[in-house]
Amino acid sequence: MSDIGFVRTEMLPEQAPPASAVGIIGWCRANLFSGVVNSIMTLLSLYAVYAVLSFFLPWVFSPTWNAGSLNECREILHAQGKEGHFAGACWGVIRERWIQLMFGFYPKELYWRPILTFALLFVAVIPVLFNMISRRMNWFLLALVVFLATLAFSGIMAWILMIVSGLGALYLAYTLVSVNKTDRAEQLAAGAKRLPNPLMFTAAFPFIFPWLLWGGSFWLPIGAALGFVLGYVAYTVLARSIGGLVGLIGGVVAAAVWWLFLVGGFASIAESILPLSIEAVQSRKFGGFMLSITIGVVAIVGSLPLGIVLALGRQSDLMIVKALCVGFIEFIRGVPLITLLFVASTLLNVFMPPGTNFDIILRVLIMVTLFAAAYMAEVVRGGLAALPTGQYEGADSLGLNYWQAQRLVIMPQALKISIPGIVSTFIGVFKDTTLVSIIGLLDPLGLSNAIRADANWNGVVWELYGFIALLFFVFCFSMSRYSMYLERKLQTGHK
Amino acid sequence: MTTLTDPPKESFQLSMLIYDTRYRSMTIQIVALIGFMLLIGMIISNTAQNLADLGKEPSFGFLMEPAGYDINQRLIEYTSQSTHLRAAFVGLLNTLLVAFMGCIAATILGVIIGVLRLSKNWLIAQLMSVYVEFFRNVPVLLWIVFTMAILIETLPAPRVFKGVETGSVVFTNRGIYVPEPLFARGLGDFSVFGAFDVSIDLLVILAVLFGGIYAARKVKLRADKTQEATGDRPTTWHIRLGLIVVPTVAVLFALGFYLGYPELKGFNFKGGTHMRNSLIALWLALSLYTAAFIAEIVRAGIMAISHGQTEAAAALGLRSNRIMSLVVLPQALRVIIPPLISNYLNLTKNSSLAIAVGYMDITGTLGGITLNQTGRELETLLLLMLCYLIISLSISAVMNWYNESVKLKER
Repeated sequence: MSDIGFVRTEMLPEQAPPASAVGIIGWCRANLFSGVVNSIMTLLSLYAVYAVLSFFLPWVFSPTWNAGSLNECREILHAQGKEGHFAGACWGVIRERWIQLMFGFYPKELYWRPILTFALLFVAVIPVLFNMISRRMNWFLLALVVFLATLAFSGIMAWILMIVSGLGALYLAYTLVSVNKTDRAEQLAAGAKRLPNPLMFTAAFPFIFPWLLWGGSFWLPIGAALGFVLGYVAYTVLARSIGGLVGLIGGVVAAAVWWLFLVGGFASIAESILPLSIEAVQSRKFGGFMLSITIGVVAIVGSLPLGIVLALGRQSDLMIVKALCVGFIEFIRGVPLITLLFVASTLLNVFMPPGTNFDIILRVLIMVTLFAAAYMAEVVRGGLAALPTGQYEGADSLGLNYWQAQRLVIMPQALKISIPGIVSTFIGVFKDTTLVSIIGLLDPLGLSNAIRADANWNGVVWELYGFIALLFFVFCFSMSRYSMYLERKLQTGHK
Repeated sequence: MTTLTDPPKESFQLSMLIYDTRYRSMTIQIVALIGFMLLIGMIISNTAQNLADLGKEPSFGFLMEPAGYDINQRLIEYTSQSTHLRAAFVGLLNTLLVAFMGCIAATILGVIIGVLRLSKNWLIAQLMSVYVEFFRNVPVLLWIVFTMAILIETLPAPRVFKGVETGSVVFTNRGIYVPEPLFARGLGDFSVFGAFDVSIDLLVILAVLFGGIYAARKVKLRADKTQEATGDRPTTWHIRLGLIVVPTVAVLFALGFYLGYPELKGFNFKGGTHMRNSLIALWLALSLYTAAFIAEIVRAGIMAISHGQTEAAAALGLRSNRIMSLVVLPQALRVIIPPLISNYLNLTKNSSLAIAVGYMDITGTLGGITLNQTGRELETLLLLMLCYLIISLSISAVMNWYNESVKLKER
């Protein structure tokens, strides 16, 4: 017989892994101390983190929130036994001046206007940015914002607006709570009327935006919007009676004539019949983050369509159009933004017909938009170039004409590919708005110099820069995270 | 039997300009061209009219007038009596100086950070992510003024060093003093077109250095050939190192090279090379800011190389540093170079923010003080933009040439 004395008849139960390979210890061993070099590097970086934090945290947590001047800060810190240059932050300047850093010299009693504008901006971009919330939710948010805004002022119009928007918000809130998603889907299937598309408000917003910020007659933005209506009507009438291209030219000419010559008269006549104006605010009172966001938003919104047109021009077979587009893009991309801002501040009025003198902020807006458009064009061109030729050929073989092919086949895919680039262009433009401080506009950086000119705060540096940097960081970082979210959401390829 | 007849000859009608695709593109282009010409013509006539009203006929004569302002950081001789043109040239050299220094520093820093971000060490990877996000999401202008504030506020004033033994490099709140290279038996200067002087010593040293590098490359190529022919690689590193170092050191010795150290004289340091705060702040801030972008590019480039490449190289028996230099980097460079070019361009263009800290680059001289003193906005800004355009286009030309040479050679 065999010599085997023992044969195991059943499997041993599974054993727990050694304590050094799982849990916190295992994780540390794998990720922090996996070798001699790694361990040394971990310890060194731990020390570096400690050194930075031990210097930084006591500075941040200094009880100077209520100080009224730099000297008071120093006294408070002195009472605590802290001396020297980096004894502690002087947060009093932020408490006293943060409103100014936000709004510049915008009139105090009108702060509600920029706040309302940016709240409405948020409502307006929601249907574009996130399509996961329902129409009812969108309209509810809009009604709520308008209702809250009406609390700030008085008058019969305000009361009417307040009651209407309040009731609307209440009704929408009631339906939101009482009718759940599946019931609503059934109602819709049964033929219930849907609320209008919230994109309507988004389309109207560009006209409300400047009116709320700069004030003046409400008939001016209405007149500007009427120009689009007029152009569209001219286009449809002419296109039906004569032909597409003539219609297009006629529409553009009609709108241009309206905007250039007639809109002012229309606004003043309408104003004299029914006065609908709010207090006008001059551009030089704009400042702070309000100015940065205004420039950023206008440049972003303006540069995307302009950039798409430039990119299409650069890709087109029409030689002259292509040469013009390439020349424009390469010129703008070859010079720094600051030179374009110098052009805005000194030269743009010289280029205009004698006697024109338009506002410095408007000039800056034009130049920043052109600047952003050139970069946007390159990003979109990258997206267009990345599409396989089969897509273009497929669109052609379906019999689509150029614009149909662009709108239905090419652009949706090309723009999707270029989302990361588009968003990083947006972030770049938003950061570049700080450059306007060099030509004397009071953006946060320009204001920080103005604040330091005050005898109370002469010498405050880190707190102001830190605060500004923090706000920029919050904006830009959230934009970049949003772009990642959008990339994931639009990801239709196979991974 | 049927006969085929030619289709009737169409006569040209005016409407075909719009409806016939053969002519339509022509029509559109001509309309676009006319529109563009009209726009340009309008701008030019407006400008001429407006400038005539202001009494400023466009002319570049002001460039020859004395500038009347000082430039404290300069590479070539300049006094306040020099012309505006020379001031602009000093500014241009300053722009190129900071752009060059910035590109080198940003590349080194960016590559290190990008590689460390891929480190297996969790803590280090996280710290590098924090660095990248932190620098990318805050405006560069803020970093520039911030760095300037740090230099001014934290470094000691020169008088602190009274009676103190200073090292060879002195950090003060007026700038950094580093030893300057001096030659006891120098060959003097060589005047280029009578406009500025170039040190002959520097040219000789550079020539010898590049000659050495060239010879070392030849030796390496021969070693490569030997390796391909026989399989044995001759050891050449000492020959190559010698070829580079020995002649250079010999020339330095022959020229009587020594370092001039900064010394405190009165209230300020004398001797040594003075790098002003504005230069240091601009250089540091631009490098740190651009490094964050370059780090992301490097990371993306390395991640674009599939893991199979690394594993295959390891299977061939290569050590990890050879895998990096022979397999991963040559492929990653193809992905890295194009965005790297545009970041160099961005750095160069961002150097125009020097005006915020008072570094006299070309925006500060030509677009700043010269513009304000002469009131010639049109001429100065045109020149300024032209300078930047030339710089940008030449950087992209050089880099595109390099890009072309490392591109995949497809057949």
